[in-house]
Amino acid sequence: MSDVTMLTHNRVQLALHHLSEGTGRALLLLHGLGEASPVVVPAWAAAWPGPVRALDFTGHGRSTVPAGGGYSAEIMLADADAALAALAEHGPITVVGRGLGAYVALMLAGARAADVRGAVLCDGPGLAGGAIGPTSQSFVALPPRELPPDPYALFELSRDLRPPDYATLFVRLALDSGLDEPIAVAAKVRPPWLAAVAEEVGVLNATVDEALATFAAV
Amino acid sequence: MRNRVTGQRRRGRNLAPMDEPTPPPSAAAPPDATPGATPGATPSVFPGAVSPDREYLLDAGGIGIAVHEWGSEQADPLFLVHGGFDFARTYDVFAPKLAAAGWRVVSWDQRGHGDSEHAALYSWDGDLRDAMAVMDSITQYPAPVIGHSKGGSLMIQLADAQPFRFSHLVNLDGIPYKRRIPDVSEHERTRMAAGEITGWLDHRRSTATSQRKPGTLEELARRRGRMNPRLPFEWLCHLVTVGAFESEDGWRWKIDPSMRFGGFGPWRPEWTITRLPGLPMPFLGILGREQEEMGWGTLPHHVYPYLPLGGRCEVLEDVGHFVHIEQPDVVAGMVLDFLEASGASGANRGAA
Repeated sequence: MSDVTMLTHNRVQLALHHLSEGTGRALLLLHGLGEASPVVVPAWAAAWPGPVRALDFTGHGRSTVPAGGGYSAEIMLADADAALAALAEHGPITVVGRGLGAYVALMLAGARAADVRGAVLCDGPGLAGGAIGPTSQSFVALPPRELPPDPYALFELSRDLRPPDYATLFVRLALDSGLDEPIAVAAKVRPPWLAAVAEEVGVLNATVDEALATFAAV
Repeated sequence: MRNRVTGQRRRGRNLAPMDEPTPPPSAAAPPDATPGATPGATPSVFPGAVSPDREYLLDAGGIGIAVHEWGSEQADPLFLVHGGFDFARTYDVFAPKLAAAGWRVVSWDQRGHGDSEHAALYSWDGDLRDAMAVMDSITQYPAPVIGHSKGGSLMIQLADAQPFRFSHLVNLDGIPYKRRIPDVSEHERTRMAAGEITGWLDHRRSTATSQRKPGTLEELARRRGRMNPRLPFEWLCHLVTVGAFESEDGWRWKIDPSMRFGGFGPWRPEWTITRLPGLPMPFLGILGREQEEMGWGTLPHHVYPYLPLGGRCEVLEDVGHFVHIEQPDVVAGMVLDFLEASGASGANRGAA
């Protein structure tokens, strides 16, 4: 079991897993929808020279499962921002996200451009998200579950709106990082938001290994 | 849904859970109370304001939602939905007028607002589920619903998704249209978005320990007046007495300090209006002509093309965003006429 630091985000306690130590910039891993953080460094991240950390989003893993739902990708962004603040001692970070975590990684790279040196977007659960415009979706109350993940997280974050022009806004913001290509798309599957992102100036199309090697060198 | 709420994080008044309704006050209605209002309501310092006859907490999926009711419990229900940064008691003058016409008027504080529990997460979907919990606890039949501002916008979406809940829909200046963004370049628009996003994230980093700023009752009323410049100071003072709590260092608004105006996200305000044309229930929209900071900036010519079949949109001249507070008699009269004209009468049903 990895060491864990509990971070406070509003009324939620977030689990930040310490997967490995190292020298230099920290690598933050963001899991997919319905997943939890790995407890050991994934093989594809083993060559990262700096510390490797992984965050459990609200309602997932060892983080708080709040009552009543109310999830949004923007709240997950604020979760990731809490981890970013906790890693400030290491300087700017690089972030890798799977599925939902890929979408959040993109948002974090745009929202905190000065503090993120590269975001790698990978396949994983929750990659597609919901529609790109208004829908006829209804609303339901869900029974609680004894263990995480929170059913409301699964339900709400699987249908959050992801208009392509909203996603590409974060690419433009990420260009303020000073990197020519601050975003790397490693996902094989590209839902509309990610296809639009992949076409933007400043986006590298690469494998995870290639992207991490690129960002480790900057 | 009507389970006892336990472990509540309460501030200010302690509401009883659903199975222990607050007993109606025994005092007679004040001389200045709304004519015909329910006898026995608590006197208020503001003319026409009447405290609810029943107040209780409802367990809405683990969140304690404070419900406030005016009128006979045996009357047909009518739901009132408040706007953002408001609370149910902002209907203290308007609701009794509908109750006096024979309706059981049911309103609730949205999560994080008024006497409802402060939640870990807030979202549009969460607010809609809380609304469903309240409605399900009152009736399984269609009922009239009136929503103001954000509450009106929420109810447009719920009426579209679950029309079986609605016999009528009245929208009080709550139809979002396009944001009033100045004509700026794409580059400048991106910079504005960056400021909004980082400002929101910075705020989120501080919410675990933040509190609302304390002040005297009058100071809180004056602060609120900056957002409600058209409303009487005496009314704003009344709002403090029911929407704030007093502690050793002064009064604070009850609303969760983690909430703030603004924000960002993928939703576009103009998407809400596209749900209007398909609504099957009788629809009445009431807009205030005067534009205000807390309003959506929606003008009548924005709404007319989207009205559902048979729907109406009325405009009140020289009235701002809070149409039901500035002109409670006029708006209550319009609502009651609308309900009467389409075959609904709380007075007749309430007498049954």
